[in-house]
Amino acid sequence: MVNRKIVGAHYGLKDWLAQRITGVVMVVYTLVLSVALLQGMGNSYDSWRSLMAAGPMRFLTFIFIVSLCWHAWVGIRDIWMDYVQPAGIKLVLHVLTLLALIGYAGWAAQVIWRL
Amino acid sequence: MTTRTLQFKIYRYDPDQDQKPYMQDVAVEVDSTDRKLLDALVKLKAVDDSIAFRRSCREGVCGSDALNINGRNGLACLTDLSSFPDGKPIVLRPLPGLPVIRDLIVDMTQFFKQYHSIKPYLINNDPPPERERLQSPEDREELNGLYECILCACCSTSCPSFWWNPDKFVGPAGLLAAYRFIADTRDQATNERLDNLEDPYRLFRCHTIMNCVDVCPKGLNPTKAIGKIKDMMVKRAI
Repeated sequence: MVNRKIVGAHYGLKDWLAQRITGVVMVVYTLVLSVALLQGMGNSYDSWRSLMAAGPMRFLTFIFIVSLCWHAWVGIRDIWMDYVQPAGIKLVLHVLTLLALIGYAGWAAQVIWRL
Repeated sequence: MTTRTLQFKIYRYDPDQDQKPYMQDVAVEVDSTDRKLLDALVKLKAVDDSIAFRRSCREGVCGSDALNINGRNGLACLTDLSSFPDGKPIVLRPLPGLPVIRDLIVDMTQFFKQYHSIKPYLINNDPPPERERLQSPEDREELNGLYECILCACCSTSCPSFWWNPDKFVGPAGLLAAYRFIADTRDQATNERLDNLEDPYRLFRCHTIMNCVDVCPKGLNPTKAIGKIKDMMVKRAI
């Protein structure tokens, strides 16, 4: 293949925007959790469990986990893009990162709904 | 006439003679008529004509004499000699991140390649009117802070994203110029320009650390222009 610089992959904006939005979601979740903890909801196992088992909290926690994974995907991908130049190795690292993050999200969902 | 001696540590490298670059200690006597760092460099050149640096207009317009001065990019012709503390040597290096041709002269090919990649000219396919393409004063106002760039490369060569990916990331100077044409109401290629930048490397390698704003000798704000390009892309997408 000839070595041409090719540009315009058209996913720059989507990922940049997603990183900002997921960042906001994580801040909101952190605030909600901080308020809950300040109100003593983490003082005992039972109160902590009832907090995390409540429907709205499950919903919020799941959204937080998905946001965290999505945010991490963009960040880690940026690191691979900066420091790893061979396209083959870069693709493998991208796929491994994605698979790991999807696995973590699934695992987290399982933990949340097991409560 | 009062004189004082300035101590310099200057990056020296002549690829034809030197195995590797080295820092040379040099002293030069300046008098009260020498106001700027470039004046001292010109005197230095008179003492040792093997020292190579670029210069031209000597008044901050041509952008030739951009250097790394005490670890910070700037123009020699705009840097006051009085801003240097007495007794400490002035450390001069070439702009970081670009290949050194000799001493303080860097190869700017990559920098200008990125600049050309954003098509830094007005694209308008309408037949030109008899006199000129008009703009309202408000529309013209938007170009202030954009068109003044002198392409000295102080900003792009202080940007880590440009150091890592000079072949893919346009860099602050190029992006400032890109927004200058995106913002121009006489230009008709706005969508193509945004398409050209909507890439994870070309625009979105900017992580808003604002080194570019910090060093720009003309006081311009590439980060703000980059933010406006991102805003336009978001508006276009939703």
